[in-house]
Amino acid sequence: MNSDAIHLGLLDYSILGIYILVVIGIGFVLKRHMKTAEDFFLSGRSIPVWVTGLAFLSANLGAQEVIGMAASGAKYGIMTSHFYWVGAIPAMIFLAVFMMPFYYGSKARSVPEYLKLRFDEKTRGLNAISFALMTVASSGASLHALAALMHLLLKWDYNVSLIASSIVVLAYVLKGGLSSAIYTEVLQFFLIVLGFSPLVIIGLNDLGGWSGMMSKIPETFTHSWKYMGTANNPMGVDWFAMVFGLGFVLSFGYWCTDFLVVQRAMAAKNMGDARRTPIIGAVPKMLFPAIVILPGMIALALVGTAGSGYSIPNGITGETDYNLVIPSLIAHYLPTGMIGLALTALMASFMSGMAGNVTAFNTVWTYDIYQSYIAPGKSDSHYMWMGKFATVAGIVISIGFAYVAKNVNNIMDFLQLVFGFVNAPVFATFLLGMFWKRATGHGAFIGLLTGTLAAVIFHGISSPQPLAPGETLPWIKGAWLGCHISFTSSMAQNFWLAIVAWSVCFVVTIVVSLVTARTKSDEELKGLVFSLTPTQREENEPVWLRPALLGSLVLFAALILNIIFW
Amino acid sequence: MNFDLRFPIGILFTAYGALLAGYGALTNGSDIYKKSLGDNINLQWGAVLLVFGLLMLTFAIKGRGKNK
Repeated sequence: MNSDAIHLGLLDYSILGIYILVVIGIGFVLKRHMKTAEDFFLSGRSIPVWVTGLAFLSANLGAQEVIGMAASGAKYGIMTSHFYWVGAIPAMIFLAVFMMPFYYGSKARSVPEYLKLRFDEKTRGLNAISFALMTVASSGASLHALAALMHLLLKWDYNVSLIASSIVVLAYVLKGGLSSAIYTEVLQFFLIVLGFSPLVIIGLNDLGGWSGMMSKIPETFTHSWKYMGTANNPMGVDWFAMVFGLGFVLSFGYWCTDFLVVQRAMAAKNMGDARRTPIIGAVPKMLFPAIVILPGMIALALVGTAGSGYSIPNGITGETDYNLVIPSLIAHYLPTGMIGLALTALMASFMSGMAGNVTAFNTVWTYDIYQSYIAPGKSDSHYMWMGKFATVAGIVISIGFAYVAKNVNNIMDFLQLVFGFVNAPVFATFLLGMFWKRATGHGAFIGLLTGTLAAVIFHGISSPQPLAPGETLPWIKGAWLGCHISFTSSMAQNFWLAIVAWSVCFVVTIVVSLVTARTKSDEELKGLVFSLTPTQREENEPVWLRPALLGSLVLFAALILNIIFW
Repeated sequence: MNFDLRFPIGILFTAYGALLAGYGALTNGSDIYKKSLGDNINLQWGAVLLVFGLLMLTFAIKGRGKNK
């Protein structure tokens, strides 16, 4: 394909139109159920577990996932699966088995609120404010990616795409709150699976099956672990940085503490379902590389096939734009009709990525910032009104961030950077908070601050590539305090940044906790700290439904996948 | 909450399946399928979506009233 516009027929527009009607319809149906603020923010804790499980997974299926992972598939090959089988599954199971009891059992309404119960007000405030900023930034990045893509592929006007998709998201989130977002995420899950699998099936057929594809891509792209001994591989990352940086710090920081995903589990009916939510999400997550990474590898193999007539198109900057892998394959293989389905799936993922962020934002803003610091003690209906106002505000701010993101080329790297600054230290705080009763509020707060500060400084002194004397980088890439440490890729730099931020937060939290007095008694910490909480009673649940058993099975399956594709 | 997501999923994919399969049947043998290696992917995949959508609707109708 050339990057000229894809032509959409009436059928394609109808498919997109039907999707928009259905999601807005869901919002209107759910409106009847939105009687209290709890209904709006927490879905009244009443959603069936298969829905929360799929939503848990899909909340993360935004721009970063679908477009970014296909791009990574083309850039790094099977190694990209580390983002799944190392960088997601173990953390999801850890959340289900060890952490969910504290989130759900403490009756905290948000992750920052847990921090208030466990530590103190300032730790919560810090987390709430940084999280709120992060969600609107991510939401803006989603929005920008959608509008830019529609402009490039369909020649739709950037500003019109941006505003139109914001209005759709606004319409259904405003009506149905978190429930709307969750239900739409599940719809989007099925759309992605059913919209993209034909692409993979046709692509593999075209290339002569799995072995045909593998024979057309470089050897280093065909293994997940074999070339991880040193950083001399397509990713430019060695196994230690990958396992510790991605598999432990970034992954646990995201899946176990990010309210965006944890909120989905909190909407479950009871403790058992809340704990099974991440496990149910982990099963399709484990298989997702087949739909999102494989297209990237198919594209790579096609480029290496004489006479395929396919090349990865150039982006706005004129260089090969790996983010266009999925759209260009859609144009290469699918006829009108199926194009509509695949593009709708893509747009749905952008919009629901945005909706997920907006629902997390309105909850944290209303409960953790507005109710805590600005206007405590108001009526329930007042907070519900504020939630709706925050939804509108969140979307308006996202639009602002979209224009910021417009100036940053690689959204994935940008988001990784933000996660590194904000999320990496956070998991040290939760780990110590949940498993060490001696950790104090002052310790947590100062630990978080220094962890984030360490991340910022590390970014300032490190470079993703060796620099010649006098050579400088755009500040977004690092080394704005001079290049003192250099890596072989920006991914390696990000992973090490996360490792440093986490370690600094971990050590500082311990040291400060030991020199400050505890402010919470053992009694107050019951249900919040592991050693002070009675073991989960699971006798009333059948053995095969117990989270520890289910989680172990999923982990075992992930291990097998790692071995098969080693 | 008395809301069964299987209904909207069923409705969405039944509609998609019917549209795609119908269009595929009308355009069978057309040049537009050269791209998809000669397979009438609209008809084939439309049928898959139709079956999926109808299954979801069936489960939703069967399960009605149970989830109060």
